This record gives sequence, C-alpha cells and structure tokens, in this order.
Amino acid sequence: MDPAISIRPLVAVAVPGLAALAILVLRNRETLRDAVSPLAAVILLAIVASMAPTVLSGGTVDLRLFEILPGIDFAFRADALGMVFATVSSLLWVLAAIYSIGYMRHLNEHAQTRFFACFATSIAAAVGGAFAANLFTLVIFYEVLSLVTYPLVYHHEDEEGWRGGRKYLVYLMGASKSVLLAALALTYTIAGSLDFVPGGLLADANASPALLATVYFCYLFGFAKAAVMPMHAWLPAAMVAPTPVSALLHAVAVVKMGVFCVLRLVFDVFGVGLVGRLGLGIATAYLVSFTILMASVYALTRDDLKARLAYSTVSQLSYIVLGAVLVSPVAMVGGIIHIAAHAFSKITLFFCAGSIYCASGKRNISDMAGIGRRLPWTMGAFFVASLSMIGIPPTAGFVSKWYLAQGTVEGGQVAFLVVLLASSVLNAAYFLPVSYAAFFQPEPQDGRPPVREIPMVAVPLVATAALSVLMGIFPGYFLTLADGVVR
Amino acid sequence: MGLPLLSLIVLVPAAGAVVLMVLRSDGAVRWTALAVTLLDLALCIAMLSGFDTTTHAMQFAEKYPWVPALGIAFSLGVDGISALFVFLTALLGTVCVLASWVAIESRVKAFMVSLLAMQALMLGVFCALDLFLFYVCWEAMLIPMYLIIGIWGGEGRIYAAFKFFLYTLAGSLLFLVGVIVLYQHGGRTFDILALTAQDLPFGIQSWLFFAFLVAFAVKVPMVPVHTWLPDAHVQAPTAGSIILAGVLLKMGAYGFLRFSLPMLPEASVYYSTLMLALSALAIVYGGLLALAQDDLKKLVAYSSISHMGFVTLGIFALNLRGLQGGILQMFNHGVTTGALFLFVGLIYERTHTRSIADYGGLMKLVPVYTSFLALFTLSSMALPGTNSFVGELLVLSGGFAANLAFGAMAVLGALLGAAYLLGMYGKVALGPVSLVTPYKMRDVNAREMAAILPLAAFVLWVGLYPKPFLAITDASVRHLLVQVNAEGAGR
Repeated sequence: MDPAISIRPLVAVAVPGLAALAILVLRNRETLRDAVSPLAAVILLAIVASMAPTVLSGGTVDLRLFEILPGIDFAFRADALGMVFATVSSLLWVLAAIYSIGYMRHLNEHAQTRFFACFATSIAAAVGGAFAANLFTLVIFYEVLSLVTYPLVYHHEDEEGWRGGRKYLVYLMGASKSVLLAALALTYTIAGSLDFVPGGLLADANASPALLATVYFCYLFGFAKAAVMPMHAWLPAAMVAPTPVSALLHAVAVVKMGVFCVLRLVFDVFGVGLVGRLGLGIATAYLVSFTILMASVYALTRDDLKARLAYSTVSQLSYIVLGAVLVSPVAMVGGIIHIAAHAFSKITLFFCAGSIYCASGKRNISDMAGIGRRLPWTMGAFFVASLSMIGIPPTAGFVSKWYLAQGTVEGGQVAFLVVLLASSVLNAAYFLPVSYAAFFQPEPQDGRPPVREIPMVAVPLVATAALSVLMGIFPGYFLTLADGVVR
Repeated sequence: MGLPLLSLIVLVPAAGAVVLMVLRSDGAVRWTALAVTLLDLALCIAMLSGFDTTTHAMQFAEKYPWVPALGIAFSLGVDGISALFVFLTALLGTVCVLASWVAIESRVKAFMVSLLAMQALMLGVFCALDLFLFYVCWEAMLIPMYLIIGIWGGEGRIYAAFKFFLYTLAGSLLFLVGVIVLYQHGGRTFDILALTAQDLPFGIQSWLFFAFLVAFAVKVPMVPVHTWLPDAHVQAPTAGSIILAGVLLKMGAYGFLRFSLPMLPEASVYYSTLMLALSALAIVYGGLLALAQDDLKKLVAYSSISHMGFVTLGIFALNLRGLQGGILQMFNHGVTTGALFLFVGLIYERTHTRSIADYGGLMKLVPVYTSFLALFTLSSMALPGTNSFVGELLVLSGGFAANLAFGAMAVLGALLGAAYLLGMYGKVALGPVSLVTPYKMRDVNAREMAAILPLAAFVLWVGLYPKPFLAITDASVRHLLVQVNAEGAGR
C-alpha cells in the first residue's frame, strides 16, 4: 500500500507544542491557562485518531520535511508501532491533564505554569518520537523529552528534588552522549543512512558480527529510558517529582519512549532476522529476565508506594523488551500490546498514589491501613489496576501476558515462561498487600479528620482503571496494530 | 562582476581602523566600528549568496602584482573551505564590537582600532592565495591580538600576552622555514595554487609536514602545545576571547586543510594515524581538564581544546564525512564557543566573578540570560537538534571509518563534554540562589540581545538544516579528497 502523504503527523507534534506556548502566554490567567491542556489533549487525540483507519488497514501516513544529511531526513511516518505509542500517550494525556489540574490546585503547588508548559512539551516530544521516520528524528525528540521533563523532576526545588533531578539527567544524558552517540555514528558509517526499514536497516549490512553486536548493545543501553538494568537507577530517583509527572511521564511517555526505541531497534534497525541470527535476542532475553526478577524483588522491599510502583515499572518495561527479542511473532504481539496494557494500568496506580497523597498526605504503604473505606473509588481502581499488573482476566495485563507466555512456549524458550510466572507471583506479592491493608485492616484512631475523595482527581483514575478493563475485553485495536508490526 | 568583493571585504575593516583614528568621542568610535563590521558582514553575505557551490575552483579571485621580482602578488580568492570562515570572521567581528560596548572603558578608540585591524588580517589569512601575503597576515595578526590581551586584559595580562606571543611565534618560525623550502622547490613562486600542484618527494614532504604541524598545532591548539590557550583566554577581554576561540583557533585547522593536506598528500596519509592519536588525546585530555575547572572562562577554554580535537580528528580521518564534519565543526565551534565566551563576559560584567562556586540559581534572577545559556550549553555538548550534533555525528562517522579505537576515544570525550557542561550549567543556573552574587541583576538588554540572537539562530539552523552549509564545502572537500587520495595513496 502506498503511503498517504499528509501533514497530520507534524500537526500532532505541533498541537501540544503550541499548547505549551499558549500556557506560557496565559501565565497570569490561571483558569484559561489550565483550560489549554485538556483542550489541546482532545484535539491531539482527534488528530491521532484520524490517522488510525489508514494505519489499521496496513498503510502509513508519511511526511518528509527536509534533508539533514545525505541519507538522513527530518521526516515523520505514522506506522503501526508508532500508532500504538501515539494512541496511548494522546489518550492518556486527556485524562492526565484533568488529573494534574486537580492535583496541582489541591496541593497549591508552586510554578504551575512551568509545570503545565513542560508537561505539554513532553507530550509533543513523545508524539514526535512515535511518528519519527528515522533514528535521527527519533533521537531529537528523545533528547527533547529528557530536557523538558528535567524541570518536572526537580519541580519541588528542594534538596531531594535537585538530587533526583541530577541523577535523572546524569543517567539519561550520560547514556545518550556515550553509547547511543557511538551507536548512531557507527550505524551511519555502516549503513550510510539512519532510516527505519521494515525488516531492518542493518539486515544486509557488510560488517562483522562482533561490530554489529557492539552496536546493538550500545543502543540497548543507550536508550536508558527503557530502564534495562543497570540503566534503571534514574527511574526510582525521578519519583521525587509531583505524582502526575510520575504518572504520565514515568509510567507512559518517558519510559515508553525508551522501550519504543528498543522496539524500533529490533524491528526496523536490526530486523528480527539479524537479531536472531547473531544470537542477540537470546542474550537480551536473559538480560531483561534478570531485570524483571530483580526489579520485582526491589519492589517488594519498598514501603514508599511510589518507589514500589517505580520498581514495578522497571520490571514491566522489560516484559515489553522480552516480547520483542524472543523472535516469536506471538511474543512480539504480546510485547507491543503490553505498551498499552502497562500504560493504562500503571497510570491508574500512580494516579491512586497521588490521590492518596492529596487526600491524606500519606506516602508509605504501612500508613494506609483502612484507607480504602475513606477512598473507595481510589482504592477500588488501585485494585483493578493491580490485577492487570499481575495479569488476571479480564484485564489488559492478562491479554499481553497471555501472548507473551504463548510466545515463550511457541519459541521453545520455556525458561522465560518460568520467569514470567515467577514475576507474576512477585507482582501479586507486592501489589495485593496494599489493597489488603487498605480494605481489611482497621483504620488507626489517631484523631485526624477523616479523608475524602477529591472529585477532579478521582474521576480520571476511575476512567483509566476502566480503560484497563476495556482493553482486556476489547483488545482488538491494539492487536490489529501489533499484527501490522509483526507482519 | 566588476566589484572586487574580496578586496573590499579585507580592506573595509582596515580602512575603518584608519577612520577610527581620527574620531574623537568614544560614542562615535563605537558606532563607527559597528557600522564598519556590519558593512563587512553585508559584503560577506553578498559573497556567499553569489557563491557557486558546484565548483571547487577559487571564486571571486583577484590578482594584483605586488613584488613581481620575487613572484609575490596580492592575490585573493575563496573556495568552499575558506568561504564559511570568511563569513564567520565577519559575523564574530560584529559580535565582538557589541560585546565590547561597555566592557571596554579605557582607550576605547585604540581597542576598536585593534579589533578592526585584527579582523582585516584574519580575513586576509582566509582569502589569501599568495603564500607571502598569507604569511604576512598570519604573523601581523599577533600584534593586535597581543595588544588586546596585554592592554585590556585581566590582572595577569602581561604574562598571558607574552606566552601567547612566544608560542605562536615559535610555531610560525618553523612555518617560515617551510614557506622558504616550498618557495625554492616550487619554482620561486608564492602562488598557493601553483605550489599545491607541484609534486614533492616524500622526504621533503615529511619534513615540511612536521614544520607545518608545529605551527598549526600551536594555533589549534593540540596537546601538548596548548598551554598558552587557557592563560590567554582567562586574561583576554571578552572580545579577545571570542576572536581567539572563534577565529584564531580555526586558522590552525585551516592551515592543515589549505597546506598540509593538498601540498603534502603523501605525508598526510602516512602520518594520519599519528594525527588521529593526537586528536583523540586532545579530545579526552581537554575534556578532563575542563572537568576540573572552577573558572568559567577556563572551562570554556579547555572545552575548546577538546572540541578542536574533534575538528582535527575529522580532518585526518581523510574521508568525506570526516572532512565535512571537521569543517562544519570549525564553524559550529566558532558560533557556539564564541557565544559561550560572550555569556561568560556578560555575567562577569554584572557580578565581577568567574568562579562557578560563586554562582547558583541564576535562573531565578536572569531567566532570559539563563535560557540562552542553556541553548549554547546544549549546543556545546552537541545535543541532537543543535549545530554541533550534526558535525559531531559526521566526525564520528568518519572517525570510526578511519579507526575504531580513536573513534571510541572521541565518544569518551563527548561524554566528558556532557559532564562538565551540564555540571557547570546546573551549578550556575539551577539550585538555590547564591548569596555571593548580587540579589538584583539586570537581564539581557537589547544591545546584548543583538549579539546573541544571530548566534542562537545559527545553532538551530545548522542543527536542523545544515544542507546549505555543507553544500558550500562539498565540492571543495571532494576535490581535496581527490588530491590527497590520488597522490597520497599512490605511494
């Protein structure tokens, strides 16, 4: 099918970008300023949705802007994989925008203009990355995302904020200015181009296996946003940010940008065939299996709810990578749809953590006894999302894990099936006690006034929990896209 | 085209310097100097807009007899390699005048005269097609630069000026020997194109290569002859630093491109690994030194050593991408490091300290200043989307093709760059507001903005659409490669 040429991918990037400008201009008129984000989010969602029919039917929407270097264009292409990422981030921005307003206003946070402007820009970067047609364009948006989320991480501007922010930047910039840079230059040297090619840019490359393997691992660790161990330590550190940031950015945009890049690497730079031939897939699978299990163990030991969620994210991201490198079409589908499944459920969990903090000021799980009776919507949603994380039907997490598990069997890699199952047990072990404490333990009688749900915070999190279930029952949209990638 | 464009470009600042001498008020001197540099810049833009990107031949060539008996002529011309630097020199010349507007309080007239004389001589170096003319400009340049550092510099200015003078002079003497040898062998002519066309035996090429190497390496500067640079930068006034970093350092690399490679192709190929090693050493060593600095100016100065290492690495990769990247990186370094020195100067005018430890939280005090500082810091660390990334990617791609190990060392240098630049920015702009710096500070004014904006525009322009810049150099670089490979590889 011929690509449809359209300006829509560029408009999709421009809408949140212009929204950020509008937010800066309207900085002295709070109500108007706050209305910008939800409005822009709806427009963005509509633009992304308008491209969906073309992509679902196997086509792409292309826009080539200009040549940067020979073999490198500044170009956009909305294809199936990009559509998964773009749909998830634009859909969740609508809800996150509403949630942020509720959260920031309730806590009376400082520097709200900077917050909302950076937030919108980071969506622009995420969408730009999703629709990037080559590594150069992708990396530009990847770096923009690092930069604009940095002020969001150090938002509180206290000692802890600066420290977390520094770690965030050191890891992300350090990785991209070392191994990622080397990988890009080597790719350009070997292939003479940085375009994404279905089947792999480097598939027929004239280079030694050792060099190709080096390039591959340079990318894998260079995309530090994917948080494959040992490049994961920035993620828990970034949890000093306000919760909406942790929610959208560290459950959706930032980390998903990382795994998205790894998927691009496997599918469109190296190609599944080459990854399998060089034995890179199996090596990566062991590496990420270690990450899956270790991160889960870390999560078990954390009492701070956000820290536990952060390590859970590290673990779940590696599911996505695992799916991609198992060299089995079914596992790949599982990995790709886990982008969406994890996003819907993890954002719910973060929203809940923020809701609890807003309502009660509590962050530690050990303090949350009995809170479920005061915040039934929040903790109900938390429970639903936990089920999805563990992979229990009828939630989204079940669908993706089902495909992943099938893929391991189909590929004859039963060892990784054990990893998946062990991880599910660990997931249950660190998520269910939260719900148990919230609903079944008695509330401490400390004489503090009872807490209540905050509507503007509670509505979005119920919506995302509903999305987690809906995707479990109707996974068709994402499955079709994933099939389009694998085919 | 009847207008002798290049002569005008070179002579306008010289004439401007003469005019300045008869003016009396400081205000008139400043405005006249600005007008002269703007006129020169306009002429350069006219030159670039008429530049033919399809040929490697010298364009806008002019030749007037000077000392016919010795084969010396006043001969000018530009090709793709020099055209960008002619423009860069004029651009930074304007920035320098703006940067010195209030920073220079004493002997304004003498300063502006030195500045314009400097500009004329630098343009002469880039335009000269006659080796004698080149050498005269190359040497004469030392005098105004010596004055700029020695009179308007900081406390240790005399020492720094002397060190600068001695280092470059020592290098130039060997260059002079080389020039004489070339003159004798090349049929007693100083015509650079004629000298390039001759075929020297390898033995002589080797000797000349090292004679030139010393001269050019001091200018670049390459490790271990770099030690004059931090002293000169720290003591020089802002405009002096901008000229030093933006243009003077480029002359060393330009020397390699104009003389070493085309005239001594066999030696260039033979010693290219040595040059790659020295470049990689400069990249890493300069980066490490920059990491250890507390003085803002020293940090930028040492970063220049590292960045110029990228330039020479690209040049001696001796392939298309390396050379293109090296030349583009020369231009980028001029823009970005020039801007960084400007920014150090701007904040020094307000606080009178250059110690990073004295700063903190400038974002709260001067948001516009810190936003642009962020842009240039990111450009200096070659973030994708900025000018330096394009150059760095090309240099690394060429460097990896030439030698994997030195390419990997260069990547290490890039990482160091991120470390010292982000570290510097974090301490200066973010965090809690420092108590040492004044609580109230003026943000950037219109005059300062006029100096900043064009540089900022080039950061993004080259970063996202480098095609016009690469197009200028393309034909000449390809021709240079043919020269080097045809003769160099034939051995």
